[in-house]
Order: sequence, then structure tokens, then C-alpha cells
Amino acid sequence: MMDNNIKIDVNKLNFYYGKFHAIKDVNLKVPSKKVTAFIGPSGCGKSTLLRIFNRMYDLYPNMRVEGQIMMDGRNVLDKKEDLNMLRAKVGMVFQKPTPFPMSIYDNVAFGVKLYEKLSKTEMDDRVEWALQKAALWNEVKDKLGQNGASLSGGQQQRLCIARGIAVKPEVLLLDEPCSALDPISTAKVEELIHELKADYTTVIVTHNMQQAARVSDYTAYMYLGELIEFGDTDMMFTKPSRRETEDYITGKFG
Amino acid sequence: MSFNNQLYFQRRLVNVINLSISMFTVVVALFFLGWILYTLFLNGFHGISAATFTKMTPPPGSAGGLVNAIMGSLLMVSVATLIGTPVGILAGTYLAEFGQTGWLAPATRFINDILLSAPSIVIGLFVYELAVHSVGHFSAWAGAMALALIVLPVVVRTTENMLQLVPSSLREAAAALGAPQWKVVMMISYKAARAGIMTGVLLAIARVFGETAPLLFTALNNQFWSTNMEGPMSSLAVIIFQFAMSPYKDWHDLAWSGALLITLFVLGLNILARSMFKNNSSN
Repeated sequence: MMDNNIKIDVNKLNFYYGKFHAIKDVNLKVPSKKVTAFIGPSGCGKSTLLRIFNRMYDLYPNMRVEGQIMMDGRNVLDKKEDLNMLRAKVGMVFQKPTPFPMSIYDNVAFGVKLYEKLSKTEMDDRVEWALQKAALWNEVKDKLGQNGASLSGGQQQRLCIARGIAVKPEVLLLDEPCSALDPISTAKVEELIHELKADYTTVIVTHNMQQAARVSDYTAYMYLGELIEFGDTDMMFTKPSRRETEDYITGKFG
Repeated sequence: MSFNNQLYFQRRLVNVINLSISMFTVVVALFFLGWILYTLFLNGFHGISAATFTKMTPPPGSAGGLVNAIMGSLLMVSVATLIGTPVGILAGTYLAEFGQTGWLAPATRFINDILLSAPSIVIGLFVYELAVHSVGHFSAWAGAMALALIVLPVVVRTTENMLQLVPSSLREAAAALGAPQWKVVMMISYKAARAGIMTGVLLAIARVFGETAPLLFTALNNQFWSTNMEGPMSSLAVIIFQFAMSPYKDWHDLAWSGALLITLFVLGLNILARSMFKNNSSN
């Protein structure tokens, strides 16, 4: 991997929930405009690692981070870095769909309004563009004024993805985006991840190894807060170099 | 697997007993509530006429109405709500959204709980010392202040609880888009909790509408029409207290009518609060 193709460079990262050491000495280079999957058993720290990338931990007390995460030559963990600008650049979609208590249109426009002053028509275009990208436009174009919560679970999740990309971020963090969805919605979201790859660096946390194999270019296997193995997805699932990885992906444990 | 008949019947028996006990208690509670309402209507309804809403409280032996008391109650409750609601909502917001660390939030919560359970006569006494004794005369301001002190803890508590019901995933999602915390609170949390907070405010209003003790030695009473907040003012609750304790039949009737009016008002507010909460949570 060439260095200028690295979007996120994680150096000696340690993370603590109070006294609990959740992430241990992780080094990782996330490639640009590729899909990277984090896999591992529950509680291994994969979600925690993902949530450090946009400093979600800042919302809660008693959390401490050490080390460095370089993104475009800047350390995002630096207290002086502007948190809101970081989050404009790094979008996130959560496990459960989280439509805001407002109309579908306003859901998508919410993030855009934080950074840009658009005219009505520009905003209309942006909302349509984001909903098109999230493969939701055709289903909601006649009911943009309806409450976001009135959509089905899979539609809600695509709405959240649309909301994330409407801001035009560079990185998309997906925290188990399909775990609350039915198989058809899951397929739609996975297809979407494939299409978004052209424009965005995507990091996805998943419980589902088949999903990791299907959607990702690179895979990181984590266990008990440590990064056990990181590499090309095809290699990881056919010839893992570590015994622990093989045990996990063959279902011997986890 | 063998089926144990004895165990099965035992379980059914326990179920029947528990169900009967709980249904019995519901019936008892409803019976007394119904009785109260029945008595109120029986004694209060015939006294309600146009005069009730147009005439002053009369001296014993002559006809009159309750208009000065109704006006006084509305005025003082309105002022109390205008003072207590913003302060209560802001304090509740601090407790739910900002006070995760430090000693201020737990201390505030503790004091608020004390205020919530403080006997209203103690609050009346406190305001008497503060705003009546010091200036030398009773006033509707003092009455409104005492009522505001009762509104406040109710609003603080419901605001905090309702905001805590907003899933933190919603806040995280807004924060992940880069929204600063004040925007998350204003645009997400308040929107999601609006119906609940409004319900809390309505219930607080319903509660103070019938409060007597805090008004007894703050706003005192007034037999005449008055909208002067600087002077003593009449209120339904205090009129009921005074008239019901008197030996005069026509005063008793007016007291019953006043009690019925308060009950209907509180009932109306409760129904409004309920329908608001229901409407919002269904969509």
C-alpha cells in the first residue's frame, strides 16, 4: 500500500473506559476510497475503535484516549482540532436507524444546514442528490414532508446514510448498519456500500463475517481490544496468517 | 415430559387470587373517585349560573358569584406558570443534557426533590417572610411567587425525565453530523420530548390551580374585583376554604360551585395533556 493512499493512519492507539483498557496498542492504516471491515467477537473493541475515528467518546465522561490518528496530515485526537469540522468530514451511521423527529426532507437537510448556507433550490437539489445516492429517492420523493419515523426500518437506515452523505464527507463510518435490518434491506444497503466506494473511504463494523467478505476490500480482525490481523479481505478469508483469525472465521470460536 | 396437574391448578389458583385482589383495589379507588365527583356535581352544579361568572363574592345573605376569585386564580396561576416554566425547563435541560460530571447536577436534583415534596404551607410561609412581611402587606405577586415555587420542581422533574427518555443514539447521530451540543438540544432533544414536557407543564398548572395553603398568607383574599398584583387578591381555593368554614348556607353553595369549577378545570387540563401526549407518541 502506498502512503498517499492511506486515509486514516492509526498509531499506538490506546483507549480506556474509566479503568477498563478497551483498545490496546492498535496500529492500522485505513486505505483511501476502499471498504475496510472490522470483525471480531462481541466486546472486542471494534465499535469502540470506530467511534474514536470521529471522537464520539467526547460526549461522555471518564473516557481517555492515547496515541495518534492521522487524517490528511492532522491528528484528529488533538484537543485543539475542531470537533465539528472533523465530524463534517467523517460521517457515521449507527446500528439502529436514528431518524430525527422531523420530516424526511429536514432529516437530510439537517447536517447540510450546519455547514452551508444554501438557497431553497440548492437545498432541494442536495436533498434529492443525497437520497438518490442512498437509493431511497424513488421510494420517498412523493412524501418528503412525512415524518422520518414513518418509514420502514430499512428505509430509515438508508435515510440515515443519505443524511450522512448529504454533508459530503470524505469518510463514512458504519457501525453494524445492517444488524437491525431484514435480508432484503441488508442487500440494498450492501449494494449501496459498493457504490459509495468510488467517492468515500468506508469503514464498516460487522458481526457478520459473510457480510465482511462480501462488501470489504480489507479486513481487520480484533480480539479483546487488540488488532490481531489486518489485510486484504480475500487473503484473510482464504489464507489467514494468524491461527486466531482462522479459528474465528471458520467458526471454531466467537 | 409429564404434565403435573397439581402444579397447573395451583398456578391458576394463584393467578385468580392475584387478579381478584388487584381488580378489587381498582374498584375501591374508582368508587371513591366517582363518589367525590358525584358529590361535587350534586352540591355544586345547581349553584352554577351566569351569575357565577359575572358577580363578585357576596356578603352573607345576598346573592353573588365567583368572578373575582376565578380571575384571581387565573391571574396568579398564569404568572406562576410564566415564572416557573422557563426556569424549570432550563434547569431540567441542564440536569438531563449537560450535568453529567461534577457536583452541581446531583446537588440540584437533591434540592429539587426536597422542593417537590415540601409541604405547600411551608412554601407559603417562606414567601410570606420574603415578600409579605418585608413589605408589610399581602400581594398577588407573593401568591404567584409561592405558586411558582410549586410549579418549578414539577417542571424540572418532568423535563429531566422526558429528555432522558430521548434515546442517546439520537443525540449521538446529531453530534456525529457535527452539530454542537446546544443545537442537538434545541433541534433534536426538545423536538423529541416536546409533548412530554408540555404535559408536565399542564399537570403542574393543574396542581397549583387547587393550591390553598401557599395563598393563605401571601395573596390572602379579596371580596372585591381586583387585578392589582400589588394588593391582596381572591382565588377559588381560598374562597372555598373561607366559605366552606362559614356558617352560611349560600356561602356553602358557592364553595361547592367553586370546588366543582376547580375539578372541571383540572380534569380538562389532564385530558388535554393526555391527548397531546398520545397524539405525539403515535406518529
